[in-house]
Amino acid sequence: MPASDPDTEFGRTAGRGGAAALRVEAWDNPADHAFDGVEPRPGSAKPDPILIADGVERTFGGIRAVSVDHLEVQRGAITALIGPNGAGKTTFFNLLTAFDRPDHGNVVFDGQPASGQPSYALASKGMVRTFQLTKVLAKMSVLDNMMLAAQAQTGESMWRGLLHGWRGQESDVRARALDVLERFNMVHMQAEFAGALSGGQRKLLEMARSMMADPKLIMLDEPMAGVNPALTQSLLGHVKRLRSEGITVMFVEHDMDVVRDISDWVVVMAEGLIIAEGPSDAIGSNQAVVDAYLGSSHSALTEEIILGQVPDPDELADGVRESREGGDG
Amino acid sequence: MDWWAIISNTLRAGISASAIIYALAAIGLNLHFGYTGLLNFGQVGFMAAGAYGLGITTYTYGWPLWAGILAGLAAGVVLALLLGAPTLRLRADYLAIVTIAAGEIIRIIVRAAVLRDVTGGSNGLNGFANDFQEWNPLNPSQQYGGQLFGKVNLEYTGADLWELIVGAALVALSVFVMWLLVNSPWGRVLKSIREDEDAARALGKNVFRFKMQSLILGGTFGAVAGMFFAVSNNSVQPDNYSTPVTFFALTAAIMGGLGRVLGPVVGSAIFWMILAFTDNILRQSVGEGYIPASIMDSVQVGQVRFMLVGLLLVLLMVFRPQGIFGDKREIAIDARK
Repeated sequence: MPASDPDTEFGRTAGRGGAAALRVEAWDNPADHAFDGVEPRPGSAKPDPILIADGVERTFGGIRAVSVDHLEVQRGAITALIGPNGAGKTTFFNLLTAFDRPDHGNVVFDGQPASGQPSYALASKGMVRTFQLTKVLAKMSVLDNMMLAAQAQTGESMWRGLLHGWRGQESDVRARALDVLERFNMVHMQAEFAGALSGGQRKLLEMARSMMADPKLIMLDEPMAGVNPALTQSLLGHVKRLRSEGITVMFVEHDMDVVRDISDWVVVMAEGLIIAEGPSDAIGSNQAVVDAYLGSSHSALTEEIILGQVPDPDELADGVRESREGGDG
Repeated sequence: MDWWAIISNTLRAGISASAIIYALAAIGLNLHFGYTGLLNFGQVGFMAAGAYGLGITTYTYGWPLWAGILAGLAAGVVLALLLGAPTLRLRADYLAIVTIAAGEIIRIIVRAAVLRDVTGGSNGLNGFANDFQEWNPLNPSQQYGGQLFGKVNLEYTGADLWELIVGAALVALSVFVMWLLVNSPWGRVLKSIREDEDAARALGKNVFRFKMQSLILGGTFGAVAGMFFAVSNNSVQPDNYSTPVTFFALTAAIMGGLGRVLGPVVGSAIFWMILAFTDNILRQSVGEGYIPASIMDSVQVGQVRFMLVGLLLVLLMVFRPQGIFGDKREIAIDARK
């Protein structure tokens, strides 16, 4: 493993100077006011939706995994999809990206019907996704991973691949791949097999690779899962940068700090339904959300936890004592 | 022991028509399995399609040889479409099941008595490729080549040499095509499908189309192998196209190193050299009494040499799992997954 991989590099910086020392730049947020006047309720209309899902349902046997009445995803913004385990977030992602077929329902992407289209066609139209379990192409070099993602390559035709007409385009693709790798601090790893990268580096590579595919909407399935906090900061920076470049981001995430930090809008799923929508600072106080995460009977203390206001340990102990006493009484 | 005879025979096996046939078949398997991750266990079916496509059109219907060759290629393509259309959207193992069955189905159909007028039944078809030796610029009955160091016999008749030259040219052309393709963006997509087809899909690649192209092209190499087999023997026999042929070709591809352009060619030569070497050693040892008849007689040599090939393959997998040309780092990554 190279000594200066971003993983450890960031880890060290974080260790020395805390979050402030990280090289996370501030990117403009073109979606700053995009949600002004949007009603924070499930299925609310957005001013400029890039993705609209209508009546999307999927059952596995007798279990209703996903049943989404209506969802609009605002163009140019970062939308988080959160929900407890088993809420159907990943299944919904699969349905939107055509990796799974809904029993019924309609999806419109960028003004065009997306239902019934194969997943690769949606991807080449700009709906690019990543996976919860990172899918790097292990026995290909990092650079090949990147170059693969470029769209409309003439050399991908079998007959043209035999001839040399694709060489010019190939060097353009390579230059662009190196550019993106540079941005992700991975240029020095270009010749390594992707399978030799660490978990965090794979997440970085997958995100960088999606960038190569000219996405309009990038869909990240738990991009921060299993990534150390320092690298999370760097990934967050990359996601914000995507938004500043006009790319729409939709992502599934469990870490509420991450959600609060970067998302402009939060969609909450539970048991296959969308139970709440709203700006990230308001979603934690939504009663339906709190109920979904904690069950419908809970104390004010647990509400504070979901709100991210980590309580003082003494207070926490008091709270536990109180609830015990309450239970005894 | 006559060591010079053993060396001669071993060398001749490495540059024989058999080595060429299996090299061509293994090049196709390498494209399927080594580059695309497709499990084709019925390469012999593609060989039979090529051989019978050629044999039936020329012998039964009297087409000229060149037209028969086109028919053999077409038969390989049609078979790939038939096998690929229902299976390539499914998991990899379905293709394996369907191809291994298809290979047997083809063999059983062409040897069926009812089709004797078309396929020659169990006798096969004979004497349809006389044109091949007519195109021979060499004198078929003259001896070419000579003795290496005065001991190693590398003499070939004009007929045999013509066969080897055409075969070597076919192998060289196939290797060149493979080299161009696997280093193109097309080859990059194939490798990505081998690694993870969902990832390829998520990056906008029409996985089904690429798999189908790979199946067709690799099957075409198989059909060429079958046609070369048919033309060099001037006959097709149904029982030459049985299941073990596929596995010998796969053995050759693995020995050479999967996912390497030259792997199948070198692997096939080595496969046949090992067979000839062990066959000669055992036969001489039995003949001269070094191995007593109570252990093995000369009839059993044919089977025992395959056991030895199996043993060598096991040793290869233990000590050099990546094959001769493979990259050890790739195996290390496989182990990590």
